[in-house]
Amino acid sequence: MSEVFTTAVMVAVVASAIRLAVPLLLAALGETFGQRSGVLNLGVDGIMLLGAFTGYYAVLKTDNVWLGLLAGAIVGLVLGLASAVIAVTLKAEQGISGIGVYLFGLGMSDLLFQKLVGTPIPIDQFPAVDIPVLSDIPYIGEMFFQHSLVIYLAFLSIPVATFVINRTTFGMKIRAVGEYPDAADTLGVSVAGVRYATEIIGGTLAGIAGAVLAITLGIFQQNLTNGAGFIAIALVYFGAWRPTGIMLGALLFGFVNALVLELKTLEIIPRDLSNIAAMAPAIITILALVFVARRFRAPSALTKPFTRGK
Amino acid sequence: MSINLNNRQRRILAYSIPVLAVFAALLFGAVMLVLLGANPVEGYSEMFIGAFGSGNALIATILKATPLLFVGTGIVIAFRANVINIGAEGQMVLGGLFATIAALYLPEMPSIIMVPAVLIAGLAGGALWGWIPGALKAYYRVNEILSTIMLNIVAVQLMSYLLRGPLIDPAEIERGTRIPQTERLVESADLPIIFGDRFHIGPLIAVLCAIATYYLLWRTPLGYRLRAVGLSEHAARYAGIPVRRTIALALTMSGALAGLAGAVLVFGSESHRMVTDGSTVGFTGSAGFNGIVAALLGGLHPIWTIPASFLFGGLIVGGQALQRAVQVPSALIVALNGLVVVFVVAADRYRVRLLSTEGREEAAEGESPPGGEEESSLGSVYDAAPRGTDSYGQDEFGDDPR
Repeated sequence: MSEVFTTAVMVAVVASAIRLAVPLLLAALGETFGQRSGVLNLGVDGIMLLGAFTGYYAVLKTDNVWLGLLAGAIVGLVLGLASAVIAVTLKAEQGISGIGVYLFGLGMSDLLFQKLVGTPIPIDQFPAVDIPVLSDIPYIGEMFFQHSLVIYLAFLSIPVATFVINRTTFGMKIRAVGEYPDAADTLGVSVAGVRYATEIIGGTLAGIAGAVLAITLGIFQQNLTNGAGFIAIALVYFGAWRPTGIMLGALLFGFVNALVLELKTLEIIPRDLSNIAAMAPAIITILALVFVARRFRAPSALTKPFTRGK
Repeated sequence: MSINLNNRQRRILAYSIPVLAVFAALLFGAVMLVLLGANPVEGYSEMFIGAFGSGNALIATILKATPLLFVGTGIVIAFRANVINIGAEGQMVLGGLFATIAALYLPEMPSIIMVPAVLIAGLAGGALWGWIPGALKAYYRVNEILSTIMLNIVAVQLMSYLLRGPLIDPAEIERGTRIPQTERLVESADLPIIFGDRFHIGPLIAVLCAIATYYLLWRTPLGYRLRAVGLSEHAARYAGIPVRRTIALALTMSGALAGLAGAVLVFGSESHRMVTDGSTVGFTGSAGFNGIVAALLGGLHPIWTIPASFLFGGLIVGGQALQRAVQVPSALIVALNGLVVVFVVAADRYRVRLLSTEGREEAAEGESPPGGEEESSLGSVYDAAPRGTDSYGQDEFGDDPR
């Protein structure tokens, strides 16, 4: 076991944990906005997949990673809007309609890939941006300050989200609509309007998360996310609906994934047991859900469509 | 809401809403076909012929509908108790695994014992995978949507591990091909064929389960408790019903039926092995998700779920025919499947609303007792209450005392 804990290996694992955490972080952050306003969007994985494909395709055609990110964001926005129509206006059962969105995204992204691309062609990845001075610190620099711009921005979005949710009028409306929609409605807050806004934010971030994933890997394939969208939804519970908690959860998952990957490469986990190791995130999530459910409470109106006068 | 509908018309309209939703989804699919450069009229006629156009097609459709009916029936039980079971995929996998292990390790026995034995093993596997989220929801208040999704992930990894390792066909190791599948399981466990060369007893068992579930839900005290918990947990608690145990039981039974579907998939398959491609969908064909849609199409009623599963089975078999005929990637079927789910679920509330309006008007006319039994647990009877009705008192009364 000693070879695992050499400094070089641990530094590489931490750096890769941070990279792996970012798509989860962005998607979970988007989902948080929706859930705090009372809407559970189970279609995140489908939105991520379509965001990932469009992001990949845009980079393939333009060789510009930022246009890829933009393409993922636009697709996410449109799907977020569609999710809002389904959940808010049509008042569909959120636990099931999201599965439909997921299946649509899973099939559609694969279909588009086969029709428009066919064989996987690698694309440009995000350029690394070394932060001056800090990136020169031994070990620490390599772990934290030699990433791409997207990764810094993703972590910067945590305090921004915390501020928006807790300190702005819009954030107050989100919380009010998620906890006491009747009261919010009485005070003239448009419950549907706020929920449309949060679903669009959530969809956009999920689309970006997918594009980030595809561009970070430099490739697209069928079911690229491999359930990351569902893990992201669980992370929202894991982090008790707070951006900071979600960041910690995403980092934990990133770390577990990076460690398992590294242990597999070093053949410390025999190939036969790699499936068992792959259960880890799901099992950790279930245990965390038990813990969270005892200490924290979900927004009271979560999954409940709002009807005035009900 | 239109006014001049009598109750009978309203009821017919209510039951046709999910079917209309399927057509709406197919219309959307037609647009996709056009964009893909295929002829949708040709595609959909191939679809219809492929699903219902011949004896062989009908058999394929019925066999495809069988797991949907098992899962859908289980979903009805769960939803009537107001529990959302997204975990049927994993429960099917566990059912398949338990049944396979039983067939591999039980001593050689005649068919009359072996077939029930593997089916019961499958039932137990699914029940276990349903009990876990059920107990977590009932006793630890863990959201069942999330726990069942996570258990789906665990199940697929467990399946991959077992079929690549301990349960792999020894011949695959000898040949070095290492396809993750079991050996051909004992013949005495094959589901008996009723007629033709592949129509086995699976569909019959599924229909019997659906009928039994109808009796369970509307003719037994347990069914009464399940529905009472589904309509109002608080009222059920005041009536002395053990709410937590009932919730855990609902998911356990729902899982058991999905497990049965998994066992039937293995022992009713043509290869009589359990095979994986590393995804749940590779084993279940998304039946764990589509069963939910079948149940919604059937208005969350076990008997109506029978024709609904048949129609949905036809949609899947026909979809494969369509894909072959107009040469589009099979991913289109997955996408279309998703659209059908979205459209049916989104339309469900309108069905519930039509039915609840009916119940209220009847009550107002004094023709029948209030509280129609057809209420879906997914929607509230009070949804269409006129604006301004003060129901705050009720809401506060209903606040969770736990």
